[in-house]
Amino acid sequence: MARVVIRNLNKTFNDVHAVKDVNLEIRDREFVVLVGPSGCGKTTTLRMVAGLESISSGEILIGETIVNDLPPMDRDIAMVFQNYALYPHMSVYDNMAFGLKMRKFTRPDIDQRVRDAADILGIQDYLARKPRQLSGGQRQRVALGRAIVRHPQVFLFDEPLSNLDAMLRVQMRVEIKRIHDRLGTTAIYVTHDQVEAMTLGDRVVVMKDGIVQQVGEPLDLYNEPTNRFVAGFIGSPAMNFATVGIIEEAGAICAVGEGIRLKLTPPLAARLQAHVGHQVTLGIRPEDLWIASDSDAKDLSVGAVVEVIERLGSQILLDVRVGSAMMVAAVEPTVRTKTREQLRLALNPERLHFFDGRLEAAI
Amino acid sequence: MIEGAKWRRWLYFYIPLGIFIFWLLFPFYWMLVTSVRPDRELYRPWMAANYTPFWTAHPTMEHITNLLTGTLFIRWMANTLFIACISTLISLFCGVLAGYALSRLKFRFAGALGTGIFITYLVPQTLLFIPLADIIRNFRLGDTPWALILTYPTFLIPFCTWLLMGYFKAIPKELEECARIDGATRWKAMLYIIFPIAVPGILSAGIFAFTLSWNEYIYALVFLSSAEEKTVSVGVASDLVRGDVFYWGQLMAGALLGSVPVAFIYSFFVEYYVAGLTGSVKG
Repeated sequence: MARVVIRNLNKTFNDVHAVKDVNLEIRDREFVVLVGPSGCGKTTTLRMVAGLESISSGEILIGETIVNDLPPMDRDIAMVFQNYALYPHMSVYDNMAFGLKMRKFTRPDIDQRVRDAADILGIQDYLARKPRQLSGGQRQRVALGRAIVRHPQVFLFDEPLSNLDAMLRVQMRVEIKRIHDRLGTTAIYVTHDQVEAMTLGDRVVVMKDGIVQQVGEPLDLYNEPTNRFVAGFIGSPAMNFATVGIIEEAGAICAVGEGIRLKLTPPLAARLQAHVGHQVTLGIRPEDLWIASDSDAKDLSVGAVVEVIERLGSQILLDVRVGSAMMVAAVEPTVRTKTREQLRLALNPERLHFFDGRLEAAI
Repeated sequence: MIEGAKWRRWLYFYIPLGIFIFWLLFPFYWMLVTSVRPDRELYRPWMAANYTPFWTAHPTMEHITNLLTGTLFIRWMANTLFIACISTLISLFCGVLAGYALSRLKFRFAGALGTGIFITYLVPQTLLFIPLADIIRNFRLGDTPWALILTYPTFLIPFCTWLLMGYFKAIPKELEECARIDGATRWKAMLYIIFPIAVPGILSAGIFAFTLSWNEYIYALVFLSSAEEKTVSVGVASDLVRGDVFYWGQLMAGALLGSVPVAFIYSFFVEYYVAGLTGSVKG
């Protein structure tokens, strides 16, 4: 078990700058998830930690050792790959034992460790089988088993659940969480799926275009995104955005856009004082919109036309048109409405987000 | 499969297949019949009343016995086997290493080198034997098995390299990366993970290389002159035709026995061989 420190990490492939000045400190026993759209540099970062990719500049420490020039085998890490990467010509047992054999463990010790790992993962019955005789979920368990038998300092996961079907993915997600709680090994997990990131990570690192956008606990990212990208990336259905102008009107500060006219509450007004006369992006999450009743302030609602109704059971998603923009509102399952119906949606003033129109940073 | 009425299946599948098989196997049948046909039937004119070209009523082992006892045929078989085995081993060894390096290692000019190796394969042997003859003479290797053992790899190595390059590329690189994280050096990862998975590919390259060297004619014809050193393909064609007399029975018996080892190897490894060519590696 060990901490992992990444300092000013850069990676360039020919003229593509894939990872830009990444700084990250992963604490001992922590589960950190790197998340972002494809091509954001998350996998490259992970592969540099693993030693599978050379480092263009910067430093990586595992424990107290700078590992920049250590080959993968000397970094005391284990990695789980998206396509499992099980050795097809070896039985499950030999797949798990391979790393131990390479490291010259004694036979009884290998046997003990493989059987312990098999117990943890519930794959005792398949030890004699070949990988091709296993289902996708079983293969992924073997891949996990191969990682945990070695008791490495750090686990690296490269989109390990992407090849599984939706049901199995949820199941294995819980499994990975359970194993991490039990073993407490430091883990770095790469995924493009924000749900996986939010559910698994002690902390989540959001990346885009090779740059770290925000690092934080899942709910902090959700509640206080530092920029528009993070706000849009984290959360499903995604946050709604609209471009509004900030104006001062009769002593009050208002956000005015197409079909939108909001009179901001004093705390919001104070935050936006400096932006009067500028365009900003307004962000509001679907669950912070509801169908306005008479008790809701007229100043904090927008007129909307229902276009699509998605009934999910636990809630209903209304795809509505506000001005010319589309928004999604997550409303109570009891709400009855029809397409093309006009209604007013109230906004939760405490959950409004504003982003600088140009820099896209949160205000 | 072909859907619909029975006659369609016959018309589009069985009949064309039958014609194809007949076309393919008839020369072998002819070889077999001729090698067991007694001489008096062999040299009977076609207009004779009892002329039966497609079968024989009196099969004989005479030609085969004569071939094995009265000629150097067994010696030629041994020569061919020795030359084919050694040159196949050399070519496989080089081909495996080169194929691995060209498909996996990133180094400058890797692409150009791969293409270069391929181009050498495209130079026809009928031209290449001229400079090679000079080299063989300079090294005083003429009329020894080494003349062939060392020249066959000139076309076998490019062949093996290219076949194996494709095969190695089809093996997911994560397997090797995983092995290296698991504690294997690149060499060990190659030895314990990549090569065992590539066995079908290596075997089919080996079978092909063996067949190519077994059947090779022009180098064997040019570089070997004494009867004892000849290979089957040259020996049968040159020494079993005496003057202008064709001993058809012996010739065909030689051809038949000469093709047995290759047929045997193919049938023995056919599953590996098919898997090797289709390059199926499942994770």
